[in-house]
Amino acid sequence: MTVQLLQGNNACAMGALAVGCRFYAGYPITPSSEIAEFLSRELPKLGGKFIQMEDEIASIAAVIGASVGGLKAMTATSGPGFSLMQENIGYAIVAEIPCVVVNVMRAGPSTGLPTSPSQGDVMQARWGTHGDHPIIALAPASVREAFDLTVAAFNFAEKFRTPVIVLMDEVVGHMREKIVLPELGPTDIVKREMPTVPPEWYEPFGNPVSDVPALAPFGEGYRYHITGLLHDPRGFPTERLDEIQPWIERVFRKIDRHLDEICMWDEDGVEDARVLVVAYGATARSAQQAIRIARARYGRKVGLLRLKTLWPFPEAAVERAAANTQRVIVPEMNLGQIALEVERIVGRGKVIRVGRADGHIVTPDEILDAMRVPLTQPVTVPSRALERYREGAQ
Amino acid sequence: MKRHDQGTYEYLRHHKKFPHVWCAGCGIGIVMGSLLRSVQQLELAQDDVAVVSGIGCTGRMPAYMDFNTLHTTHGRALAFATGLKLARPEMTVLVIMGDGDALAIGGNHFIHAARRNIGLTAIVVNNSIYGMTGGQTSPTTPLAALTATAPYGHIEPSFPICDLAMAAGASFVARSTVYHAAELDKVIEQAMRNKGFSVVEVVSYCHTTFGRVNNMKSPIQMMRQLKENSITVQAAEKLGDELPEDKIVRGVFRDEEKPEFTELYDQVIEQAHGPLPPRKRTVRRGWF
Repeated sequence: MTVQLLQGNNACAMGALAVGCRFYAGYPITPSSEIAEFLSRELPKLGGKFIQMEDEIASIAAVIGASVGGLKAMTATSGPGFSLMQENIGYAIVAEIPCVVVNVMRAGPSTGLPTSPSQGDVMQARWGTHGDHPIIALAPASVREAFDLTVAAFNFAEKFRTPVIVLMDEVVGHMREKIVLPELGPTDIVKREMPTVPPEWYEPFGNPVSDVPALAPFGEGYRYHITGLLHDPRGFPTERLDEIQPWIERVFRKIDRHLDEICMWDEDGVEDARVLVVAYGATARSAQQAIRIARARYGRKVGLLRLKTLWPFPEAAVERAAANTQRVIVPEMNLGQIALEVERIVGRGKVIRVGRADGHIVTPDEILDAMRVPLTQPVTVPSRALERYREGAQ
Repeated sequence: MKRHDQGTYEYLRHHKKFPHVWCAGCGIGIVMGSLLRSVQQLELAQDDVAVVSGIGCTGRMPAYMDFNTLHTTHGRALAFATGLKLARPEMTVLVIMGDGDALAIGGNHFIHAARRNIGLTAIVVNNSIYGMTGGQTSPTTPLAALTATAPYGHIEPSFPICDLAMAAGASFVARSTVYHAAELDKVIEQAMRNKGFSVVEVVSYCHTTFGRVNNMKSPIQMMRQLKENSITVQAAEKLGDELPEDKIVRGVFRDEEKPEFTELYDQVIEQAHGPLPPRKRTVRRGWF
């Protein structure tokens, strides 16, 4: 156990190596390039493969191809590249190919503010690819967590045969912290299930028991078909309702059945809080500080619910934590993306959005300002309330 | 000859997969036949062969063949195949694309795969039209042709697939047509023997969407055109400058030994176990 001074991007790459990632394909983009640089040096030492592709579309395609070949595979990018990857993320969902996509978020839209921090890709992570689909997205708030959640991302990807998004923000990606990295034991590492049946019985897209079919890599005697068309349990395109409907249901069910495992969060003083802050990523660090001040200086009963899993949205956790509170504050580096989800669960009247999309981190002061809005004052139109307290603060 | 006696029968997926999606008279089936015969000639084990395709009529081909088959997104077949080949360098990876697939939406991947000289065999079935979507202009649609999106005649020059592949660095480049099936067998087999990136342009046709509006409704007419309007590379060389511009030149244009990408990467893996190379090295820029 050695203490190291590490950057979030490096910790993410080290997490990937520790959990067994042996393939990386990517295209340079700030603020994620350190992940590629680190892995281009370290992967070949472990017999793994690194390739810089011609664009982000090719990167995610190569990642899926390598995963079909049996390697744990990942790519990393930022907003513009993440937009380019969307179609093939959808492919990985339909073809149920495990892979990890790290998006170190920077301020957009378009080229935006390179490379100021942002959390503006939360909804893109959820709905970026077309069509109805489940998705898993995790958001680390510290360098150590960049390691831990990358490990978790690979484990979820392998266990549920699905792409998993790691939504880091630029702050976490470039922040350096003194950390101790854990040694992963065999039980900390999940590998995709291999088929145990003979090839002629193998159904690469059907599993009536666990909803997650075993995945045989190409070249191991299980010859089968993979396609982005909706398919039957054998993998062949189908338009039959009695084959499409069970497929759609299973792909959603394999995530929904494991919400308890997938949804991760931290709580701080939620039990008796009258004001709850729901935050994630770097913004959660500001929220933590705001809460410390509010308690110490003003004696307020405030709690923090810090989300590590953004998608599937931890509805139960938010509902329970917000049950006895009068106010829920949602600070984020966008103009209210997770706030939409929180409002959906606790009701609009209760929620104050503290959002900014100008490439700057939400400060503890801004969150404290939101806490100062009198609890008796209804927040019917959240944005107007935000303006009101801002005027007051000036 | 009975069906079961035909050598390629065992390479087809018989359950649920036939009849195929292609129109009666389509040339794609001939390409598939050639491909299967080449695999048979090379005596490759089915488990060691992967077939990757993109989207379009040609993209549907892998589903019928009993190999490890990957039907990917439009234009990205080569990028998927690059990842697969790196993960499984010992596999024979065939990539089947249409002209729109390989040269329009996937043009970037095409030139970069050629530049890397990664060990893939790319077969571009060139029917000079987007068939599946109903006959729109493709990057190889000939000048003045009528298409669903060029109702006044096509005004863009077309991509010379083989020249493009050679300029980008592919180590094996050849062209044949679906009329010359026996020749096609040999060309594909030769392409698969090449260690690096191989490109075979197979000139085909689409009588349904291209022929119908360009006065060649019947596949026989289109086949006849391939027969009469093509010439071997040897004959073309003899003609020299007198070679008419619209002739389809068939044959192998390049077949050379060049370092293959996955083999080079194995050397990187070996090097990585030692110290990093010194920072101050002379690197020659320019063409290699």
